[in-house]
Amino acid sequence: MQINVVLNGKTITEEIAPDLLLIDFVRNHKCYSVKRGCETSNCGLCTVFLDQKPVLSCGILAARADGHAVDTLEGLLEEAKEFAMFIADQGAEQCGFCNPGMIMNAIALFRENKEPSDEEIREYLAGNLCRCSGYEGQLRGIRAFLEYKKQGGALCVQ
Amino acid sequence: MRSVGQPVRKKDAEALLTGQPVYMDDLASRDCLIVKLLRSPYANASVAEIDTKAAQMVDGIEAVYTWKDVPEQRFTLAGQTYPEPSPYDRLILDRHVRYVGDPVAIVAGEDEACVDRALKKIRVEYEVLPSILDFHDAKDSPVLVHPEKSWRALCPVGADNRRNLCASGESHEGDVEAVLSDCDVTVEETYHVKAVQQTMMETFRTVCYKDVYGRLNVMSSTQIVYHVRRILSNALGIPKSQIRVFKPRIGGGFGAKQTAVCEVYPAFVTWKTGKPSKIIFTREETQTASSPRHEMEVSVKIGADHDGRIRAMDVYTLSNTGAYGEHGPTTVGLSGHKSIPLYGSLEAHRFSYDVVYTNRMSAGAYRGYGATQGIFAVETAVNELAGKLKMDPVELRLKNMVREGQKMPAYFGETATSCALDQCLARTARMIGWKEKYPYRDLGNGKIRSVGIAMGMQGSCISGVDVGSATIKLNEDGTYLLSIAASDMGTGCDTILAQMGAECLECPVDNIAVSGADTDTSPYDSGSYASSTTYVTGTAVQHACEKLRERILELAAKMLECRAGDLDFDGRRAKNLQNGREASLAEIGVRSMCNNANALQVTESYSSPVSPPPFMAGAAEIELDTETGHVEILDYAAVVDCGTVVNPNLARVQTEGGIVQGIGMALHENIQYNQSGKLLNNSLMQYKIPTRLDMGKVRVEFAGSYEPTGPFGAKSIGEIVINTPAPAIVHAIANATGLWFRTLPVTSEEIAMGMLEK
Repeated sequence: MQINVVLNGKTITEEIAPDLLLIDFVRNHKCYSVKRGCETSNCGLCTVFLDQKPVLSCGILAARADGHAVDTLEGLLEEAKEFAMFIADQGAEQCGFCNPGMIMNAIALFRENKEPSDEEIREYLAGNLCRCSGYEGQLRGIRAFLEYKKQGGALCVQ
Repeated sequence: MRSVGQPVRKKDAEALLTGQPVYMDDLASRDCLIVKLLRSPYANASVAEIDTKAAQMVDGIEAVYTWKDVPEQRFTLAGQTYPEPSPYDRLILDRHVRYVGDPVAIVAGEDEACVDRALKKIRVEYEVLPSILDFHDAKDSPVLVHPEKSWRALCPVGADNRRNLCASGESHEGDVEAVLSDCDVTVEETYHVKAVQQTMMETFRTVCYKDVYGRLNVMSSTQIVYHVRRILSNALGIPKSQIRVFKPRIGGGFGAKQTAVCEVYPAFVTWKTGKPSKIIFTREETQTASSPRHEMEVSVKIGADHDGRIRAMDVYTLSNTGAYGEHGPTTVGLSGHKSIPLYGSLEAHRFSYDVVYTNRMSAGAYRGYGATQGIFAVETAVNELAGKLKMDPVELRLKNMVREGQKMPAYFGETATSCALDQCLARTARMIGWKEKYPYRDLGNGKIRSVGIAMGMQGSCISGVDVGSATIKLNEDGTYLLSIAASDMGTGCDTILAQMGAECLECPVDNIAVSGADTDTSPYDSGSYASSTTYVTGTAVQHACEKLRERILELAAKMLECRAGDLDFDGRRAKNLQNGREASLAEIGVRSMCNNANALQVTESYSSPVSPPPFMAGAAEIELDTETGHVEILDYAAVVDCGTVVNPNLARVQTEGGIVQGIGMALHENIQYNQSGKLLNNSLMQYKIPTRLDMGKVRVEFAGSYEPTGPFGAKSIGEIVINTPAPAIVHAIANATGLWFRTLPVTSEEIAMGMLEK
């Protein structure tokens, strides 16, 4: 079947197998930030935006994206990098494998809620598993980033 | 110190955080053969007939292999120094399949769809054999997991395949029974830890291809490039010169990747077909056919006098290695050698063990490596003892714990050359508010708040075995390249080793690029396991950099026409103190590449006769719902003595991560088999690792000690951090309920049922 997808701002028209998952579609298009961690929609590593809303691409058929916009971390690099360096300043990226999914979902959170509480952060990101960091460093990084944004980005980024 | 002790960003942070293609499946060529395995549905069976004709006819299939096609020599998948203590009990494919999930056939084809179709077309007739699923039944059972004549143990580890023994042994000091019988109070209990999973986010995966020389190139997500090379050489029966193993970035390991779980399959395919191939384990395979923690039942008998002096400890461990012996003989040792020595007051101790084969998936290495199981048992027994003595468990420990300078008879007679365990415990107790909160507070609304505490230790390498190496060379612009074969699996060893190099060479950390791990280009290193990288490879880096510094000065002396002793070197330039003439590091680098026979490149190896333990204490505050049995972690406080903290950010995150993993093991992560030996917790839906809602608040501090044998005073941090949550949380639950739960995980259901039965 043929689908039309706007992937990271670029329109793609392609013949696909009906059972192709969205995660495999975007990885076939070299969006390697999108990782597969579990196959059962439990880990959050494969988070992408479908029409600006975070979804788990391992649980969605590529066909469902027909006529829609899909964004991966590759398409959000500038926004992601600004935030990511606050995670780096905590050393909380560790193995890194879960980070793109977490960053996608964190960006979605920041867009929805400019000043989330710790509890709101934990709840919003609860579906993004990380086995290395114990989450505390990620929370510290998120708090530092939000503080930086609140100050108008005025803090010195190391 | 300018670099050591600084919270330097990880060198790979930006690439990792921005999703760059740096992992195995991002880098593998797109035209690889896809390799998958047909797995046994039976716990113990023999392949009577196997017909692969229909599978081979499927469009796109390149090869289907069965036990008839593979070499006959046995080997182990354990990543250990040769001769491995783990018995040689594996074949690439064996006619005798020994657990649900044991590979029966390898299928390689051009895409996943055709391989899946072919897998379904393989016809297998099994002769189903009686199986051993309960590890209590294994020793001297008439059912043998490894009846084959070709089974062999390379080391004298007390193994006997005719008795289902992978290892057995005993060690003691003093007459433990005599002292125990003389004690006023004793506690005797048995504690059970299941075969929990490392659950690194990146599953097992490997890609193989042949290079221009026809050599087998293996890019694998592994902690042990050199051991994988030997394992493949053993498995395929080909010389090591024909194999190169290297690693990209690794999506977590935690010891899982200290076993060559998946490498042999694509290696065999590529070696036979000449074509590139890759295998990526599904999460289900990673849960059911991999290398989890050894299930252990640890029986502890501990004796003390009324005044709280702990006098004797007797520990017996029954360990379940599963169908194969990977890490079986060695993990068990830590259950005694890294739990008993926490107590320096003992007059006598004994440690004995049996490691048995069963028809479950093979166990492997998981952060803590047996110490975790032993410490859960011993620390819980000490908490139970405190209850019996009616003593505060913190006071009891302060009275008995090992102190700096003390000899540790149960730790190979080593001396605690650096030990701030007393500080760790006292500070942890203060952080959690022990005095005010112990033992519990009834909130009056069906909720009880309580606290629990435990101590832990680990090693900093395998003494007298592990080898770490480093090659450092000066580039002609005054920057350096550091080559290592330790595997950064997210832990940040590339960065902390560069920090140590920068400290020696007085340069910015950014001036040292790090390369590895690659068996073709990196100097030999046993690999990243046994908490050894900071301590062993770190010392090798230190030695290599000190030697390179001398070489730089020798060449500079030649350039500046003086003796090396007359030079001042500040990391950027060498200065002849007599006449003020200078040579910059870049000039020295350039000079080294013209008319010079004294290479500004140094390789140093290091191995340590001792393995100084890091120590820590951890305390949990929980809120327990008496109606549902639900336990909420409110606060977890921990203080770690890892010697000098090389990078405070990374050490802290290691600790927080290990604690949360330990919380998962204590409360959530369950391993359940059905009656035919199939593992039920085979996805992240059934196997619940902690989310950020399950961990409360984790607070970590470091206690100052300086390890005289370590690089810049450092010990280790990677493993110890998983050891305290289980005993501390079980203690807190006991303080809230009056019930001791001696099997992990402690689920809400069990607590609720326990409260009803009370």
